[in-house]
Amino acid sequence: MTLLSDLPKGAHALVERVVSGSAEVGAATLRRLEELGFISGEPVRLLRRGPGGREPLAVQVGETLFALRLLEAQCIQVRHLEVSAA
Amino acid sequence: MSHARALGPDLAFKSIALVGNPNCGKTALFNLLTGARQKVANYAGVTVERKVGLARLPNGRTVSVVDLPGSYSLTPATADEQVMLDVVEGRRAGEDAPDLIVAVVDATNLRMNLRLVLELKRLGRPLLVAVNMADVARSQGLKVDVHRLAQELGCPVVETVAVKHDGHTRLLAQLEQHFAKPAATPIVSPAHASAINSTDLQREVRRILALVAPMAPPLGRFQHRLDGVVMHPFWGLMVLGAVLFLIFQAVFSWANWPMDAIKAAVLAVSNSTLALMPAGPLRSLLVDGVYAGVGGVVVFLPQILILFFFILLLEDSGYLPRAAFLLDNLMGKVGLSGRAFIPLLSSFACAIPGIMATRTIVNWRDRLVTIMVAPLMTCSARLPVYALLIGAFVPARDVGWFSLRGLTLFGLYVAGVVSAMGMAWVYKRVWMKSAYQPLMLELPPYRVPNLRNIALGLWERARIFLRRVGGIIFALMVVLWFLSTYPGPPATWDASQGPAISYSVAGMLGHALQWLFAPLGFNWQISVALVPGMAAREVVVGALGTVYSLSAADRSVTDALAPVLVQGWSLATAYSLLAWFVFAPQCLSTLAVVRRETNSWRYPFLMALYLFVLAYAAAFATYRITLWLGS
Repeated sequence: MTLLSDLPKGAHALVERVVSGSAEVGAATLRRLEELGFISGEPVRLLRRGPGGREPLAVQVGETLFALRLLEAQCIQVRHLEVSAA
Repeated sequence: MSHARALGPDLAFKSIALVGNPNCGKTALFNLLTGARQKVANYAGVTVERKVGLARLPNGRTVSVVDLPGSYSLTPATADEQVMLDVVEGRRAGEDAPDLIVAVVDATNLRMNLRLVLELKRLGRPLLVAVNMADVARSQGLKVDVHRLAQELGCPVVETVAVKHDGHTRLLAQLEQHFAKPAATPIVSPAHASAINSTDLQREVRRILALVAPMAPPLGRFQHRLDGVVMHPFWGLMVLGAVLFLIFQAVFSWANWPMDAIKAAVLAVSNSTLALMPAGPLRSLLVDGVYAGVGGVVVFLPQILILFFFILLLEDSGYLPRAAFLLDNLMGKVGLSGRAFIPLLSSFACAIPGIMATRTIVNWRDRLVTIMVAPLMTCSARLPVYALLIGAFVPARDVGWFSLRGLTLFGLYVAGVVSAMGMAWVYKRVWMKSAYQPLMLELPPYRVPNLRNIALGLWERARIFLRRVGGIIFALMVVLWFLSTYPGPPATWDASQGPAISYSVAGMLGHALQWLFAPLGFNWQISVALVPGMAAREVVVGALGTVYSLSAADRSVTDALAPVLVQGWSLATAYSLLAWFVFAPQCLSTLAVVRRETNSWRYPFLMALYLFVLAYAAAFATYRITLWLGS
């Protein structure tokens, strides 16, 4: 299991589940992440990180692009896909 | 009271409500359907914008159209989404449930948009789906089988292209057909559909997608190459800097001639009133109160429109959320969200539209902090004061490549931004229980901005601004005129005994305040001028002119005033006044807007207090340091 926040830049992955990664992130935030499309089985891709190299993270899920802060990205467990250079 | 009633006889009209995800082109479709026949107001009790308009069907029938706030789901996370849900379910007081819900979906992102449609379907109300941006989808090789989609969803589906002038033909025809049917089947809907799991919804979406758009190619929705530059840690910030520089240039140089034209028009009206009316209180109220006061605010309309033109342009193109992405880390350090970038940018023109723009910030604490620091962005009303003082006291000398005056002005802007960051940090420490604020900001694909949307957006802004000027600002100006006119000087008074304003309530107040301002090096003339300055800061220049017995109607009051000030003031006093104006306790109209947006007197009071303390401390320090350096 990998966290979305731990993926290298450009990595493709599949969402496994969304669980709170920290006491500060409540159920409302988790629900919203799911409503935005971070749903089990959906393809995600970590495109880039903001200036400073930490956060925010630009993440494409399905056909939508979101900016997430680190704490949100740490709630998303993913399966890292090894993709060929295509 | 329902605003629908104010629109006229439209209670008799059938109503439709546009519902959809953010960024699905819903507002563009609304603009296309209703043209300029729109009314923008607030829902009662909340600061959520309520947009209603009228659309004409091909058979000549009129329907009223409500543009509901963009929502990701029917489980509300924001005030906007709560309003959307309440209206759709007919539970919002004063709002009738729409006769038909039009779910607008982005054809290039059905995977996400269809989840909301499935949720809406479960409400059991009449539903129509508009597959928007059908042209973009086709150009990307995506074919959506509309008939199959209608079959699967069990409701009519039409394609629309909101950015084309006839892109709503099919929607209009479908609406006509829908409303032609006798409304024989009263819809009995479940009171409240139970929440549904996103995973189940997505399973259903995948099943439908496999049927209606099989073999869909992977879409090139995003311009990754462009993002590679625009969102680059270094080049992205460079682009952002260049964009901001261009906007500032435009706001402060393009706006000059329309502003001069407005000033000239106000002057012409003043002069003709002076010529036509006999001298008396009514003439003075019109010329010194209404024209000078309201004219002094309306003059900022060109700057506000230019600024909003750029903001709308950047918003429509999809750039603004990327700017927020770039700045989120930096702004997060002082406890602001990247979303605060847009309101703070607007505040450079005027804090009022800036504070109104904080509505896009979901988190209440985040929004409050942004509102509180917005006035620290140097609004353009301070420019006339800066221009007067810098022109009078800062020598026209070059420092390297730059002029000393330009550098001073720049320094005053930087001082505002730095103190805003500092205050945001302080508020965060005091108010925020948790350091964490969610971002979860959608970065939509880039799009060519649509001129119709921008024009309608500007028209809306201008109307809101002018309505405010006509309402609260007008009232304040009249009150201030009374305060600075009555009681008048005794009958034996002549100009050699000092200005007439010092006999008035405002004058007495100014004199009384002098003990307070003396430590800052302010003389009684400044103290008196600061009182009407509460209405709008630029009035201070005119008020100083009045106090120094210059005619305020004289257009070159600034030019005439500068030598008088150099004679009368020390350098320390001038710098101290400049420092005061970096923080200058808010003008009353801003405080009135804060009161409205926060629904409490507490925050405008707190704002006035903290700005006063900061202004006082900064002016005091500046005065003492300049005196000390000068000796």
